[in-house]
Amino acid sequence: MSGGAKPVSRAAVIAVQIAVPVVLVALWYLATTRWGVSRILLPNPVAALQALIHVLATGAFLGDLRVTLFELAVAFAISATSGGIGGYFISRSTWRIRVFEPLLSAIYSVPLILFLPLYVLWFGLGPASKIALGASISFFPVVLNTVAGFGHVDRTLVTAARAMGASDVQLFRFVLLPAAFPVILAGMRLGFTVALLSIIGSEALASLAGLGHHIVELSENMEMPGMFAYIAFVVAIAAILNLVVSTLEARGRRP
Amino acid sequence: MTIDTAIRISEVSHSFGEEGEARHVRALLDTSFDIARGELLCLIGPSGCGKSTLLNIVGGLLAPTTGRVDVFGKQVAGPMPRDIAFVFQESALFPWNTVRENVDLAMRFQGVAKAERAARAARALTAVGLAEFADHFPGQLSGGMRQRAALARALSLQTDILLMDEPFGALDEQTRMILGEDLSVLLAQTRKTIVFVTHSLGEAVFLADRVAVFSARPGTIKKVIAVDEPHPRKPDFVTSQKFTSLRNELYALLHDEIRKTMSAERARPPTPGALS
Repeated sequence: MSGGAKPVSRAAVIAVQIAVPVVLVALWYLATTRWGVSRILLPNPVAALQALIHVLATGAFLGDLRVTLFELAVAFAISATSGGIGGYFISRSTWRIRVFEPLLSAIYSVPLILFLPLYVLWFGLGPASKIALGASISFFPVVLNTVAGFGHVDRTLVTAARAMGASDVQLFRFVLLPAAFPVILAGMRLGFTVALLSIIGSEALASLAGLGHHIVELSENMEMPGMFAYIAFVVAIAAILNLVVSTLEARGRRP
Repeated sequence: MTIDTAIRISEVSHSFGEEGEARHVRALLDTSFDIARGELLCLIGPSGCGKSTLLNIVGGLLAPTTGRVDVFGKQVAGPMPRDIAFVFQESALFPWNTVRENVDLAMRFQGVAKAERAARAARALTAVGLAEFADHFPGQLSGGMRQRAALARALSLQTDILLMDEPFGALDEQTRMILGEDLSVLLAQTRKTIVFVTHSLGEAVFLADRVAVFSARPGTIKKVIAVDEPHPRKPDFVTSQKFTSLRNELYALLHDEIRKTMSAERARPPTPGALS
């Protein structure tokens, strides 16, 4: 609770959090059944739910989900490895930190999704361009946090370890890595999230397969209930993945 | 060098930054001194007088600009983990490790075999009265307990020399007194050679066999005062006539140097610290 406000009961918070989506769905339902909004613009929520159940029951989503998860896994593996190694290398010299940290921050603030046409030109319409884009975008939070993590380890701890005779490997394993780990982990979680966003986004813009691709395809075929079903499915997948990554991050931290 | 000399400091000078630079600081000037085996030497002086710098040079964490330091007849050229252990002002414990893990890791760095480490860690933690807190993380301990843990870590290394850089500097007066008494008892048992940097006159007189008083920057040893009182020192030593007169003597010596430092500080911008 902040600023001396009255304590809010937890039940009230949860009630409002549930009420907001319920009211939205109710409005949605009324819009399609009572207020005459065209079914082409907005499908009936019941139809969307039926479509979702159908998609889940038939497993029709599996092919696209596999493509998207594959792209995500490869992209994240590339950015986590290169960002981690690159960040460590930069952090080992104050000169390199001074050169590269502002440079990388500046590039990170550019919406790199604008380069998608170029990536498609280079890597084709298939998964390769999504992987390249996802890896490029998620590289930045990983590398920046790795630099921040390794670059700001308490000097006293390093001096103490050296005085006790720590070798370079021991210094890395027992001092630098545990000191930097929580910050690096936060960067990885951020990188994972932006990789997912940029991959689904780029699938929607220009691709041959994947969840983002399928949503656009349904929309172009005017299959509104199916499109809404897939959107709900992607939201759920994204939420589950983020939950998994956040849990891993929380586990990775020690007191 | 006689067999009884543990540390020989020969004409050591140290400067930070290059000559002619704005931030060039001459921290230590032409300091020579011998520290006997088993002796507890306190370094005391105005802030910025180079006493921590000297300690870091003795420990091999800093190379002197000129001069040399010999430890047991060997010239110091870098950290000597088998001969020298440190206790820093901030405990410098690894916050992600428990107290026991911290002690164990220090021995692992030093190269102690795994089989030996557990028993030695337990002994060191018992010696400082922290056996019950072995599985606590440093963040769960008070400042005084953290410094005890840091001391246990240094003791577990079983070095002949212990270098302590204002180890109780961040603690309150009462905790500091108790830790000082405990340290005196511990030292009487181990007979290590100890160099102890402090700001506190009382702490210096209470702990030291000899107190080396530093001049203002560029620092050098101005005078050495012997405290002829056996270890372990009793708490009532503090109230004795001898303690008071030694403390007054130190105060008189230091007073002028602190005045000099303060007038010099008004005349020039602040300068970088000794290390870090």
